[in-house]
Amino acid sequence: MICVRNLAKSFGSFTAVNDVSFEVAEGEIFAFLGPNGAGKTTTIKMLTTLLHPTSGSIQLDGLDPSTHQNEARKRFGIVFQDPSLDGDLTAWENMEVHGVLYHVPRKVGRARSEELLKLFELWDRRNEQVKKFSGGMKRRLEIARGFLHTPKILFLDEPTLGLDPQSRNQLWSHVKRVNESERVTVFLTTHYMDEADRVAHRIGVIDHGKLIAQGTPQAIKEQTGTASLEDAFLALTGSTIRDESASPTDQIRQFAKMWSGGRR
Amino acid sequence: MSAIYILWLRELKRYVRSHAQIVASLGQPMLYLLVLGFGLSPVFKRAGYGDYLQFVAPGVIGMSVLFSSIFSGLGLLWDRQFGFLKETLVAPVSRLQIMIGRTLGGATVAVIQGLLVTVISMIAGFRPAHLINVPLALGFMVAIAIVFSALGVAIGSSLQDMQGFQLIMNFLVMPIYFLSGAMFPLVGLGPVLTFVTHLDPLAYGIDGMRAMLLGQSAFNPLVDLAVLAAVGAVLLAVGAYRFSKIEI
Ligand SMILES: Nc1ncnc2c1ncn2[C@@H]1O[C@H](COP(=O)(O)OP(=O)(O)OP(=O)(O)O)[C@@H](O)[C@H]1O
Ligand SMILES: [Mg+2]
Repeated sequence: MICVRNLAKSFGSFTAVNDVSFEVAEGEIFAFLGPNGAGKTTTIKMLTTLLHPTSGSIQLDGLDPSTHQNEARKRFGIVFQDPSLDGDLTAWENMEVHGVLYHVPRKVGRARSEELLKLFELWDRRNEQVKKFSGGMKRRLEIARGFLHTPKILFLDEPTLGLDPQSRNQLWSHVKRVNESERVTVFLTTHYMDEADRVAHRIGVIDHGKLIAQGTPQAIKEQTGTASLEDAFLALTGSTIRDESASPTDQIRQFAKMWSGGRR
Repeated sequence: MSAIYILWLRELKRYVRSHAQIVASLGQPMLYLLVLGFGLSPVFKRAGYGDYLQFVAPGVIGMSVLFSSIFSGLGLLWDRQFGFLKETLVAPVSRLQIMIGRTLGGATVAVIQGLLVTVISMIAGFRPAHLINVPLALGFMVAIAIVFSALGVAIGSSLQDMQGFQLIMNFLVMPIYFLSGAMFPLVGLGPVLTFVTHLDPLAYGIDGMRAMLLGQSAFNPLVDLAVLAAVGAVLLAVGAYRFSKIEI
């Protein structure tokens, strides 16, 4: 369903994703794990037509997202890591806009919106402007919105970020439900290893832009000789904290590039 | 089609809900109308051009349409910052439709703003000479709104963040306004200024409005219309192209 070959993305001289290859089969739940700044979101952006790869190839359901953008977009749904709601609209209106943009028939859209807003406990506040929501409520709305249409592939970029345990459970059981009943392929990232262990069929570990391990949770634990996925993850990626901010020289380079007319 | 409609509707809802912004954006035209309209009136009359308030009102209406369309085009930058842009960019809808929805939404808001300023100028004492032509003046307002909403989207698609905003205001929007003949008649300006004002699309829009509302114009209203249509088509194409190339 997803086939990635030698994918790379550079921002200026910095390589965020470096020669990554993997495949995700139809109906599979694939967890993409890695420390902060490893290149997970950048990979997802390339898979979802938001960024052009520097090199390498991608196929989504047999389509190249950089040449068949619209066709590819019809195949997937996505919950972003960063906010993507319209704060001036109400929760209900955000769902409505999404339904129209994704060609969900009006009636179906209304029924499903109601169902999902109830599931994620936002129904009572559906007519409030989203900018008045708490962080977790916004997050829940993003997720509810992501499930409004049924795509072939669902990308979830740290969907549980900032969610309470109740909502996390709701989310994962819903993910499993759509995966089993509608055979939706799921590509997810998370920093909670227990979640990945519980939900994912297969796992890929990325660090510094390179894919360093791939396999079932069981296989990865065996490969590293560890008892939990968390230990396996630490064994693979080391225990140093990643420096997210670019160094001063990098920033100067970026700046110079901006003025020399290079597009970021 | 429905995607265009829903994005258009979204722009309208945002406008209606931003009370503070509506009031603020009416303040400036009001200031121009009252201070300039009454302040310059005696000089203008002595120069033999008639009533300045009558003359400047279409200019101030044009100004509010200009500002409001450019701002809503630049609203793209807010959507980029607050993330909603991503949601529309990954949707299975062609970017052309998304761009058109936004542009028409922005243009509609700008026309509403222009109508509000029209009402304010009429309260201040502005009287159209030919009431029959008022709908035609509205047509020119719509044309101005579309031209500059498209320009706003083209610029908004090309900038990464709000940093360039001040630059755009000072070196593009204000010159467009000042060189449009909104505040002074485009006659006897000397070759350089005449040439520059002829390059300003807003000059044709305001001239068209003046032709309809006051019966006086520097160009031919048909020329005005043709220029606005041509510039509008080019800017829509540029805006659509730039929009289709956005990466996040
Ligand atoms: N637009 C950009 N310009 C420059 N560098 C970027 C850009 N986007 C991402 N990067 C860099 O690319 C690297 C990978 O970022 P990415 O967002 O993919 O990480 P991630 O794996 O999703 O991390 P996290 O777990 O923190 O979300 C980081 O070092 C980041 O600073
Ligand atoms: Mg990320």
